Amino acid sequence: MTIQLFITCLNDALYPGTGVATTEILERLGHSVEFDPRQTCCGQMHLNSGYTDEAIQLAERWLDIYEDAECIVSPSGSCVANVREMFGHAGHWTQNSNLIERAAKMDGKLFELSEFILKFGGMDVLNPYFPHRVTYHPTCHGARALGLKDSPEQLLRQVQGLDFVELSEKWQCCGFGGTFSLKNSDTSAAMLQDKCETICALDVEYCVAIDNSCLMHIGGGLRKDGKVPKVIHLAEVLASQEPK
Amino acid sequence: MSGGGIRPSMSFSDAARETLKNRTLRHNLGFATRTICSKREKVVAEIADWEQTRTAGSMLKDEALANLEENLLILEEKVVAAGGKVHWAATATQAVEIVAMIAKSHQVSKVVKVKSITSDEIELNDGLAAQGITALETDLAELICQLADDSPSHILVPAIHKNRDEIRALFEAKLGVRAETSEPAALAEIARTHLRQKFLEAKMAVSGANFAVAETGCIGVVESEGNGRMCLTLPEVLVTIMGIEKVLPKWEDVATLMRLLPRSSTAERMNPYTSIWTGVTPGDGPQEFHLILLDNGRTTVLADAVGRQTLRCIRCSACLNVCPVYQRTGGHAYGSVYPGPIGAILTPQLLGMEHKNANTLPFASSMCGACYEACPVKINIPEVLAYLRGKTAKNPAESSAFRAAFWMMSDHRRFSAALKGRRLGVSIVSGLGLVKGWTDSREMPEVPAESFRTWWSKRGQ
Repeated sequence: MTIQLFITCLNDALYPGTGVATTEILERLGHSVEFDPRQTCCGQMHLNSGYTDEAIQLAERWLDIYEDAECIVSPSGSCVANVREMFGHAGHWTQNSNLIERAAKMDGKLFELSEFILKFGGMDVLNPYFPHRVTYHPTCHGARALGLKDSPEQLLRQVQGLDFVELSEKWQCCGFGGTFSLKNSDTSAAMLQDKCETICALDVEYCVAIDNSCLMHIGGGLRKDGKVPKVIHLAEVLASQEPK
Repeated sequence: MSGGGIRPSMSFSDAARETLKNRTLRHNLGFATRTICSKREKVVAEIADWEQTRTAGSMLKDEALANLEENLLILEEKVVAAGGKVHWAATATQAVEIVAMIAKSHQVSKVVKVKSITSDEIELNDGLAAQGITALETDLAELICQLADDSPSHILVPAIHKNRDEIRALFEAKLGVRAETSEPAALAEIARTHLRQKFLEAKMAVSGANFAVAETGCIGVVESEGNGRMCLTLPEVLVTIMGIEKVLPKWEDVATLMRLLPRSSTAERMNPYTSIWTGVTPGDGPQEFHLILLDNGRTTVLADAVGRQTLRCIRCSACLNVCPVYQRTGGHAYGSVYPGPIGAILTPQLLGMEHKNANTLPFASSMCGACYEACPVKINIPEVLAYLRGKTAKNPAESSAFRAAFWMMSDHRRFSAALKGRRLGVSIVSGLGLVKGWTDSREMPEVPAESFRTWWSKRGQ
């Protein structure tokens, strides 16, 4: 099928490798991948920070770009959750029935990457290889708003060479929360400290997640303390191949 | 000050900075909330149709709220018919005045209290004290807070921030007794002995209400210790202060509520004491019953199509226990008797969105959604938080940054230009670098040599 990539603004600017890996994965699965350069941001940052009017304009702009797509895939649980859940909510707040209807039409067309693979299969085709000791942090929006729970873990457990260790207290938020980490940086740092401790206790090389925003925060906490584990997006693990 | 009240005296971030320093508090809270959460998960898992019950609970509360005025008028009629008196209080001050007036009419200078967060909301204890009336808390944890001159930090477990050694020392200092150990049973025994005499002396009691049923005119209180039942049955005069959102239309609604409440709050299948009364019964129990129906901002919340769901709350406190922010900052950081996620949406709405400290509460959340998942009546707390954030006054420097980001993101040519030459990446990273709180605990990400869209465009060539 033809898949429109939804590469989030953060991924575009700071984590292009995740978008590259997502492209590779979808193409290896036999899909035709397109990227519309008109895309910017889905408005999550504005919406979660209380800039509702601006967020709605960005949401409508997002819909202008994507609503004719057959299928859309994004390597970000929180941005997919913003489109799937918050567009409709914001439409309800402002009695914008047009936005509610347009957002509802995205149901069944927009997927987070791991959600897409879990639904349509293809791990046998990808046959990823990542010979490292790895844990998984279920990011809040992916796990709760998208209802993925810890299902992306299932994909990691199928990766060749990967030694999977389950994270304790895994449902605990890492403390990022966008502007929360700025406005309430002390509380956010206390949450981050606990998350980093549970990761370090496992003696792993990598902590994997489906959101680079959370990984930026966790990775920043680990590096600040000079800890060993690194962070990596699930897409990059799934795109890894055994050297030929 | 065991009353509490709902007006935060400082911003959440300032208050949290103070409470985060208290390592004992963080330890006590972490231990207590983890224990309650794991027990709760087990008892919730026992109910096969938990999700359907949650839906039923949220629907019945919505229906009750949709016909609130009618339900309250029926309740009034039934309570009066059963020999009770009904008072309508638009504000906290009016409610306190009504209680004081009733006490004075009976020449009562001491009242015993059933644990009631609504009474804490209106600062009843301080209000009565100003009129020479002493209000004595009889719930163990409320008593601990009152003796310590401390305010509650949790809806259900008001003294959750204290450990047993601290409580033992407090009892020894304030009650003049020697505690042999810090075992909960020994401490409870000290409180029991202290309280027994108070129950026997009390002529008037004040309670809150977990629910009221319009069609039967009955009021219900659920509790664990039995101290509430002592207050509800021994004194001659009983005054109940109830938030107007607590009324249910039908008796059968109680069944649904009681499936949801104990499991969500104390992680029990059923709470030990459920007391339900209807008016007065000659020769049995209080001979005078007053019901105060408290608004105090609730009708304003009800009028808001999005915020209204907040009034579904049955005060179970499940959202507090699962909240990663509450778990670390404790309840006092919220500056209100309604702490945690529910407090973060209820307090600013009750006070009005212009209260400058209360308006920092909707930001006291990482939006992780654990509260929504735990809420037995499905209040979408993250949604209401985001909605309320939109109603708060913005700091000018922050506003201009968000406007600039919007200006760039609302046009892909501007956005693409900013991504070229790593300008956007560098500005995000340097922006974070300017925020000391961020860089104290986290290292900046590295800025990549090229953006995704640059990679994509090169690839196509």
